[in-house]
Amino acid sequence: MTDLHEHLFRREAGRLVATLTRIFGVEHLALAEDVVQDAFCRALEVWPFRGVPDNPSAWLMATAKHRALDVLRRERTARTLAPELARLLESDEPLPTEDAIRDDQLRMMFSCCHPRLSEAAQVALMLHILCGFSVDEVAGAFVSTHAGVEKRLARAKRVLAESQRLFEITDAADFAARLPAVHRALYLLFNEGYHGASPESAVRGELCREAQRLTGLLLEHPVAATPATYALAALMCLHAARLPARLDGAGHLSVFADQDRSRWDNHLMAEGQRLLELSASGPLLTEYHVEAAIAAVHASARRVEDTNWAQIVTLYDTLLVLRPSPVVALNRAIAVAQRDGPARGLEEIAAIADRERLDAYPFYHAALGELELRRGRGETARGHFGAALALARNRMERQFLEQRMQACDAAGSARTRSQSATL
Amino acid sequence: MSEFIYLYRSTNEASRAAMGSPEQMQKSMQTWMAWMQQLADKGHIKNPGHPLERTGKLVKGKQRTITDGPYAESKDIIGGYTLIEAKDLGEAVELSKGCPILEGGGVVEVRPVLKTGM
Repeated sequence: MTDLHEHLFRREAGRLVATLTRIFGVEHLALAEDVVQDAFCRALEVWPFRGVPDNPSAWLMATAKHRALDVLRRERTARTLAPELARLLESDEPLPTEDAIRDDQLRMMFSCCHPRLSEAAQVALMLHILCGFSVDEVAGAFVSTHAGVEKRLARAKRVLAESQRLFEITDAADFAARLPAVHRALYLLFNEGYHGASPESAVRGELCREAQRLTGLLLEHPVAATPATYALAALMCLHAARLPARLDGAGHLSVFADQDRSRWDNHLMAEGQRLLELSASGPLLTEYHVEAAIAAVHASARRVEDTNWAQIVTLYDTLLVLRPSPVVALNRAIAVAQRDGPARGLEEIAAIADRERLDAYPFYHAALGELELRRGRGETARGHFGAALALARNRMERQFLEQRMQACDAAGSARTRSQSATL
Repeated sequence: MSEFIYLYRSTNEASRAAMGSPEQMQKSMQTWMAWMQQLADKGHIKNPGHPLERTGKLVKGKQRTITDGPYAESKDIIGGYTLIEAKDLGEAVELSKGCPILEGGGVVEVRPVLKTGM
């Protein structure tokens, strides 16, 4: 019996829907989704009895096409377009090649990044259509409600259907114009996996992998494989390489400085470095180049105390110009603290413009706590960690912050002890 | 060794509910395949059988009245069958307990095949 790829159905869902939508037209996205779902039902019924077919992808595609023909024959509403579609479906055209399926996925990826959609809607749509995530799975990934995601997706699909046609990837000018939005959506998808709110690290790992897979499709396409795409892919690899060390042996989040660097994935590190070199082929410097460079500096330090913090501060200076944001400024301030000590870091944080926009961000309060703790103000630090705890989005973050609060208490009592000893 | 037939029965609603996302469907399918494989490895599968379409016709009575399946909506529909070899009915029943259909509210009907001395 053939061994199935762990996420075969999920992968095939995106490929099949993308290809069938190209055949049916974007206004029939729902039909494509329905027949793909039917094909999986069929596989679920048949494969346990008759075994997995030699080419599962081809089997699913053929089954979905047959199913579409059945639906078209039955539905009166489809009558006007049925003859043409039926001809397309019935024709014994060979199965689409891997290149054709890749282009179908790219068309869909670019279509999902429609300018009328918010970034959040674009990411949700990509996850749903191209990665085969159900409404509940999308809701789980973004820690939102089923109803909320359903509404967002329904609206996004309406926008997609009203756009009349899928994005045409052969028009170089359109392509280049839409590519930054695609990069941004993939970046956000990856980030949701890396820093996101979902309490399940398995879900988060999948988001990172899906973002990497879709970025890989861009790299395979000559026009999409720009320096910025290489930089984005490099940054994903370099971050993904560090994922295994983010949790300690007991499955708890660990402080960056305490991470066991021997658990970093060397293969991904090397791949990230390779991609970063390939990204340096043009004059354009994007935020992805800078972020990848920062990740590479971290990666090149065997121990945290070997990190070249001065270089990281300089890179954050550049990033602040390319993408000014309080979060980037906060990260820069943390790097300054590493270079010049916690007091300087706290000054930098105090100087952040729009600092109030960080108030709802748990890492902001945690960073303040970390720096206060480091300069020996356990009590102040404890208050900041408490504020972070109130904003924590899942069990792992809560556990982590409670631990840091205990560290504050320990530091406080150690100080009291040493003070009473000197008295 | 005696022969038994497993008839897998579930309602349309139950089987639809078991579908879910592509990821969940692949998981259910792999659970099914693992269960079948386990029976096969122990030499219990005489014939893996076939899945059955959920639609069909009913031909009834002297009048040969023909009606459309699938019968009354709420009733169990046979979705497939497998021919099993086991020591006795007790063992056949025991083996059926691992069937994934049970997780989704379905039923396995275990029926001894009547052997006639030829």
